Amino acid sequence: MIIAILSGFIAAALIPLLSKIIKGKGSILLPFLPLSLFVYFASYLPKIGKGEKLNFVYEWVPSFGINLSFHLDGLSMLFALLITGIGTLVFFYTYSYLKGHVYLDRFYGYLSMFMASMLGLVLSDNIITLFIFWELTSISSFFLIGFNNDDPKSRKSALLALSITGMGGLFLLAGMLLLGTAGGSYSFQELLANGSLIQEHASYGWIILLVFLGAFTKSAQFPFHFWLPGAMKAPTPVSTYLHSATMVKAGIYILARFTPLLGGTTEWNTTLIIVGAVTMVYAAIHSIFRMDMKSILAYSTISALGILVFLIGLGTEESLLAAGVFILVHALYKATLFLITGIVDHETSTRDVTVLGGLRKVMMPVAIAAGLAALSNAGAPPFFGFIGKDLIYEATLHFGDWAYLLTGAAILTNICLLFAGLLAGYKPFVGNLPAEFSKVHLPHPTMWVPPLILAALGLIFGLFPVLIEKNLIQPVFSSLTNNDTVIHLKLWHGFNVVLGLSMLTLTLGVLLYWKLKPSEALFGKTLKFELFSPQTIALLFGRLFSGFAKFWTGFFQNGYLRNYVITILGFLTILLGYRLYQGVNFYVDTAKLTELTIYEVIVVLIMIVSIIFTVFSRSRLVAVASLGVIGYSICLIFLFYSAPDLAMTQFSIDTLTVILFVLVIYNLPKYKTFSKRRIRVRDGILSLFFGTLIAILTLEVLAEPLNRETSIFYAESAYILAKGKNVVNVILVDFRGLDTIVEITVLVIAAIGVFSLLKLRLKSIEKE
Amino acid sequence: MELLLVILIGLLYASGIFMMLRRSMVKLIIGLILLGNGANMLIFLLGRIVKGKPPLIESSAKMLTEIYADPVPQALILTAIVISFGLQSFAIILVKRAYKITDTDDLDELNTTDEIYE
Repeated sequence: MIIAILSGFIAAALIPLLSKIIKGKGSILLPFLPLSLFVYFASYLPKIGKGEKLNFVYEWVPSFGINLSFHLDGLSMLFALLITGIGTLVFFYTYSYLKGHVYLDRFYGYLSMFMASMLGLVLSDNIITLFIFWELTSISSFFLIGFNNDDPKSRKSALLALSITGMGGLFLLAGMLLLGTAGGSYSFQELLANGSLIQEHASYGWIILLVFLGAFTKSAQFPFHFWLPGAMKAPTPVSTYLHSATMVKAGIYILARFTPLLGGTTEWNTTLIIVGAVTMVYAAIHSIFRMDMKSILAYSTISALGILVFLIGLGTEESLLAAGVFILVHALYKATLFLITGIVDHETSTRDVTVLGGLRKVMMPVAIAAGLAALSNAGAPPFFGFIGKDLIYEATLHFGDWAYLLTGAAILTNICLLFAGLLAGYKPFVGNLPAEFSKVHLPHPTMWVPPLILAALGLIFGLFPVLIEKNLIQPVFSSLTNNDTVIHLKLWHGFNVVLGLSMLTLTLGVLLYWKLKPSEALFGKTLKFELFSPQTIALLFGRLFSGFAKFWTGFFQNGYLRNYVITILGFLTILLGYRLYQGVNFYVDTAKLTELTIYEVIVVLIMIVSIIFTVFSRSRLVAVASLGVIGYSICLIFLFYSAPDLAMTQFSIDTLTVILFVLVIYNLPKYKTFSKRRIRVRDGILSLFFGTLIAILTLEVLAEPLNRETSIFYAESAYILAKGKNVVNVILVDFRGLDTIVEITVLVIAAIGVFSLLKLRLKSIEKE
Repeated sequence: MELLLVILIGLLYASGIFMMLRRSMVKLIIGLILLGNGANMLIFLLGRIVKGKPPLIESSAKMLTEIYADPVPQALILTAIVISFGLQSFAIILVKRAYKITDTDDLDELNTTDEIYE
């Protein structure tokens, strides 16, 4: 199992190494990776059909309770088959679609990485690894949307998608951590065992809110839906695979997966119903005014995702069954339509439905696939879509007080979706063939066979639902509802309300198709509403944020050294000042002070004068000389107060510094005052203030008693342990000898630096 | 004497900071040196100053017993002086070098290093 999941990552890592082979004929071999995975997962079908649930556990970070544990049940199985199955077809399709593309190897690499992450996501039992795979899908989606990286729009869409889904990912992580804390485990199976504990937990509200935010952003629910149409900038195989069949369903997967654990409460159901209903109606209405085939499909995908959220929100057994079936229905027909859009775009270089027409005359198999998909989408009998739609109506009709409203919303959505499906799957292939498309020909079979297979499956599953009923749909249903009621999928239910509604939808949809012709003018009208759309608002916030960030960074990180110093010191001064203001605790015990002699006073006076000279002198030589005087005075103070070693060191170092200064002084520019008077006064006040604070602090510390333990140790052991009579020296060369070695190293490095800076010849370019 | 030293430390800090805030690079180095001296004096003073009792063990004795100057701050300061010399010498040469290349001593004109090679 772990090999099955990781194989995609391994392939993604190997592909760049084999780029030569892949760009040539070798790429035809790549689809066999998802194909073998598909076969591998399909081989578990009989076991799953018997109601078994398979667990695979590998230790990863046991100290954090994070295990690579995978769990295969009905829901995971459905997704795994979709991912690998549609993956196989998309891999084949890409072989022709991007044939000869410079970055074909990269594309396959990203696709494999995505496939592996998606598999990991749906198979993870540990909710932390689930999150990690979730993020990986966002990242691979980012790369795939921005695949045409020389197109600024493409890059922008990729960034938008990443920021929306990435933000959702953060919320999801928080939700998962809260969930883990509340339930006392990060394993989904263990959490499920004590589900009631979590629903009664105080942070239940936060958990579902965070999970919702994660799921809604990923599955493009209103008001986070706007990244998905932008994501259609990606090459068509990506739109097919990520943005309609699998990745955007990750949010649905999470919601479905957590339904038995978190669902069933009013908060859970109401939120999902409202968000799902708004999304499905909003996006469905949007889809009918578009002219770009991909746009139409993007909005109808959002709408379909809305339906799924809505169905999960209803939370009844019927609705969950409908959701499970509709995931498959939608994946089959929408992937087909996307693949067909890709073919049309590839061959005619346009996706505008107002221009396209009559293509059946030049690409019959594609037209057949498109027709089948459109019919399944329309929910016409005997297609699988019909079963899906029946289940949806049944679920809404049996939902108590709100049945009529909800059914109405579902009908409205389905009519619009039907229209959208006809627009994308029917319109381009009927009517007269425009002259400019007369030379269009059928593409390579690897392009038109995959949509045909998917579309045919839509018909076959419709005619013989028994094929998947027991092994696939039943286990999905069990993992959604956590019970084992036996279900039956039927094409024919007899004459009843549901059938009537289905027929009504069909009739109205077809009528709408005859009446409403998409056009530039109509599309323009819808654009006016964009001013209030969530996208506009989100982008406005984005601009505000970046503006604020720019101001903030510019203010604090402006690149001027002294501004940093001022900020740090200003802050420190305020903090210390406040502390001292709270209560200064110092008293000067005059009796304890060392007595003052006249030569000490003179030394201190000399120092004060030199400091003033150093600061205010207009001559560099004077400033450096005064600096030297300060150093020598300190040397004297050391000498007075029993520190002969310090005095010696200070003396030699000070001499050296002054000599060094004097040596380079002639090479230096004029000693100028750059700043304005006002700034000098400001700096002066700040420095004086800071100096005063330090002085006060010093006084305060002086009043505190001193702990001399360390000194006493050294004083007592210097001779006994280290056989040295000069305690300071013994400390440096013996007790802390290693430190001294490091210090010497530092000096050596500085010396090397000085030497090389002096000897380094200026390159001609630097002399400019 | 302590009071005088306290004032001195305050002055060293104030002057050091003031010089660091100047735009001239030479003044920046002078400021650093002043600040370093201030810090050394601070450590020295906080170790308590004692007159005429260096931490040297008498030739007849085996350990320091009477009142003596604290050896620990002295060891610290000694290290600090040496290290700051390394810093200062490197900084001085760096300034000289920078001036040779950029022809300016003004820090404000150095904030566009990337453009020098254009």
